[in-house]
Amino acid sequence: MRWLDIFRLRLRSIFNRGSVEHDLDEELRYHLERQIEEEIAAGKAPEEARFSAMRSIAALEQRKEECRDARSVNLLSHFEQDIRYALRQLARNPGFAFTAVAVLALGMCASVAIFAFVNAALIKPLPYRDPGRLAGVFESTPQCPHCNLSWFDFIDWKQQNKVFRSLDVYRDTGFIMATPEGARPATGARVSAGFFRTLGVKPAMGRDFNSGEDRLGAPRTAMLSYKAWKQRFGADRNVVGKVVTLDGAGYVIIGVLPRDFEFAPADSAEIWATIDPSQSCEKRRSCHGLYGVGRLKDGVSIESALADTKIVAARLEKLYPDSNRGQGASVVPLTEVIVGEIRPILMVLLSGAALLLVIAYVNTSSLLLVRSESRKHEIAVRTALGAGNGRLMLQFVTEGLVLVIASSAAGLLATRWAVQLLTKLIPSNLLARMPFLQGVGLNPHVLLFAAAVGIMALIVFALTPVIHFAGSSAHHLQESSRSVSSLAWRRVGSKLVVVELAIAVVLCAGAGLLGKSLHNLLTVTLNFDPDHLATVHVVAPPDRYANKEQQVALMRLVISRVSAMPGVQSVASTSLLPVTMNGNTNWIRFVGRPYDGKHNEVNAREVSSEFFKTLHAQLLRGRLFTDAEDLSKPRVVIINQALARAYFTGEDPIGKQIGNTALAPDSIRTIIGVVADIREASLDAEIAPAEYEPANQNPDSEFALLVRTSQSAESMLPAITGVLHKIEPGMVTLDEVTMSQRIENSPSAYSHRSAAWLVSSFAGLALLFAVLGLYGVVAYSVGQRTREIGVRMALGADPASVYGLIFREVVWLVLAGTAAGIATALAGFRYMHDMLFGVQSWDLSTMGAVTAILISTTLLASYLPARRAASVNPTEALRVE
Amino acid sequence: MSKPVALLQGTLDLLVLRILALEPMHGWAIAQRIRQMSSDVLQVGQGALYPSLHKLEQNGWISSEWAVSENNRRAKYYKLTRAGRKALENEVEQWERLSGAVTGIVHAR
Repeated sequence: MRWLDIFRLRLRSIFNRGSVEHDLDEELRYHLERQIEEEIAAGKAPEEARFSAMRSIAALEQRKEECRDARSVNLLSHFEQDIRYALRQLARNPGFAFTAVAVLALGMCASVAIFAFVNAALIKPLPYRDPGRLAGVFESTPQCPHCNLSWFDFIDWKQQNKVFRSLDVYRDTGFIMATPEGARPATGARVSAGFFRTLGVKPAMGRDFNSGEDRLGAPRTAMLSYKAWKQRFGADRNVVGKVVTLDGAGYVIIGVLPRDFEFAPADSAEIWATIDPSQSCEKRRSCHGLYGVGRLKDGVSIESALADTKIVAARLEKLYPDSNRGQGASVVPLTEVIVGEIRPILMVLLSGAALLLVIAYVNTSSLLLVRSESRKHEIAVRTALGAGNGRLMLQFVTEGLVLVIASSAAGLLATRWAVQLLTKLIPSNLLARMPFLQGVGLNPHVLLFAAAVGIMALIVFALTPVIHFAGSSAHHLQESSRSVSSLAWRRVGSKLVVVELAIAVVLCAGAGLLGKSLHNLLTVTLNFDPDHLATVHVVAPPDRYANKEQQVALMRLVISRVSAMPGVQSVASTSLLPVTMNGNTNWIRFVGRPYDGKHNEVNAREVSSEFFKTLHAQLLRGRLFTDAEDLSKPRVVIINQALARAYFTGEDPIGKQIGNTALAPDSIRTIIGVVADIREASLDAEIAPAEYEPANQNPDSEFALLVRTSQSAESMLPAITGVLHKIEPGMVTLDEVTMSQRIENSPSAYSHRSAAWLVSSFAGLALLFAVLGLYGVVAYSVGQRTREIGVRMALGADPASVYGLIFREVVWLVLAGTAAGIATALAGFRYMHDMLFGVQSWDLSTMGAVTAILISTTLLASYLPARRAASVNPTEALRVE
Repeated sequence: MSKPVALLQGTLDLLVLRILALEPMHGWAIAQRIRQMSSDVLQVGQGALYPSLHKLEQNGWISSEWAVSENNRRAKYYKLTRAGRKALENEVEQWERLSGAVTGIVHAR
């Protein structure tokens, strides 16, 4: 009851201000009149009585003010006044306002935008039930720590492990889908039957795969992704039960996956089918094509799961030495599989953005310091006129609030735009592998972060002037009118500049290292010429090109038809394009050498006879094979230099023979040539040993085509696919890009490029902020010392000594900032080695260049105020007061 | 005038509450009553009185209404609320403890 009354009173005080004011007037007037009456009664003349009463009720206005305070009416009206005052202050000094808002908005934009990506990739949990209990399960070999499982190994692991509640496998694949418009490629995945149950994903429509549907002879069934259901089946509500033809075989559609389902490791597969144990790879224990995903039993940690899986792997190694020697196990959290690759770049970018934000805070607060210094007089006047300490502080908080609100609004707008831009800059092939980035934007998490950034800014801005004036309540008008340079300010201000310079050095050095890495990466030796090279992936219907003769005939036809096109210089095929990955390996054994059972794992590529010529690759020894060396001829092979170096040290590999681990007669092939190391894997990966077999001796219905063109390769792409479809209408073509685009959009190039560009822009801004900060300090200090400089010059100091005076002050700041920055960089960059390529974290030339840039720009920034100081006219300077 | 007010800060609230416990009255009368009852020792200026009244009202300890005064003019009358009565008991108790303690020290030998 009482609280209700109080609340009502407060409301009245605030919202019914007019009547409250009126009451107050009337109440005090009544008092005044009674006072006058009393004085008259005491015998004073009316006029005198009135005068004395007025005096006794001294400062009527002040009393009213006190009453208003008691009613806390003032809090609100003060706030209103403060805001108006703050806006007036900012409007009076638009340069300051603009700089402060721009600096802060840029800092916020960078950090919030990067955080949006960090949130989407690293913070948001995976969209599966209890994702923390999911693990990625792999076989591991010394060369390949997270490698594929084979079907038979998976079955044994599933049965023998004691740590997984369920264990399943997946592999991404592609299908040729029959549509009314003809054959169309579709992205797909094959999974073991329990895959979706392990993830905890339920279909939005229809049913999940039943257990056993991945067994030999089970009817063919498929599930659709939500997107495929909408785009390929027109969101047909009756799609379940229909039959879709994939690679020439009918699959019954049994279900549609939920709209928000995504599984990054299988790209964005449109069609999900079960593993088909009748496929050739699934029939061999040594053919590794699957990745595992398991749900841990309650209470089982990743470490104990790994230990248990290793025991199973060791058991299989003993049981099947031929296929399983050296095949260990690896179990990692599923998040690691999905976001492990982009974590380092995101962490680097987040650190960069955080540093930029700090420098923005520091910069704005030093601007505020300079300004509060010049407002000393104003503060002193207001104190003298009766403004309390609390009242002054509230004023600063309000001014900070106005700044923060303005820059948050600008920053958030910029962030929205930046996030869109950054997402657009991700090549679509990479975005498909990172479906979790598709929802990136200003969601509640990100806005919360933005609010935290804003509140931090508010605290910094409110505290800066408060600290500056705290304890100096004895600021006297007298003192403030003399512009004696405040020592306290110079100490704080210059420390802030050192911090800014140090951060700028760290960011510039980081940008330098990342830039150098990018340069190294893009100029890495490819040992082939990527210009004027068109590439396209070709998939012929496997049912119509089932045997090797048909496949060889098709490949020959394709090559001859495309070669006949105008503008084409040469054409070749390969099983896997260069700059893709290490993988698709063979285990080789050498004829005539003792065998220790080790797995000598080498990249295996099946290429057509024109492959090396088309790539402009270099033959070092021996000869190339010809188109005539096909299934009817003895098997031959060309090896790369890395293979020769690894296995033929000190001997000539030409004429030597290699085969599979069992040295099966049909696997024996003779080495006829050695080529320079063509970069098969990503730009930053090690060169691995590789063998190139004639595609005519080991053909496939699926291959990649390389076309060397005399005109722009990109302009040839449509014509090339046109010719291909004319040869075989049932064939699908995928990934039509030029080799240069392929390299440019490769994951390693993209991550290095984005890191280098973003950190460089952070560094550029940081340098700008730091130089601005330094300029502010020096210009202010010069302004404060005008009189002193005037006196010095009047006493005979020449301009050179004035320059010296200013520069001496600057040099210390710059040296301290640079030294602190370099030290921080050296200590911090050790954690960045994942992002560096061909450059050490302490790279001397980078550090030297950064130091030089910093020193020259800062000296330039201090030259302007120094020149102003040196051109001071002594008579005027002395008259300044 | 302003100096003793600072000294009387808490005490003034007590005095006002105590006076209003007798009967509702307006500001002027409160000041007069304090003077009379203290035999002219305590003089409360309006500078301290009105802020105190407004504060007590905001606390919900007294309430106010406009009424016609003894000289037939509109004046703002304050009266003690139930919460005010409780507050007064508290304040009195505290004052007695304080003054007892001070007296004890002053007269200590």
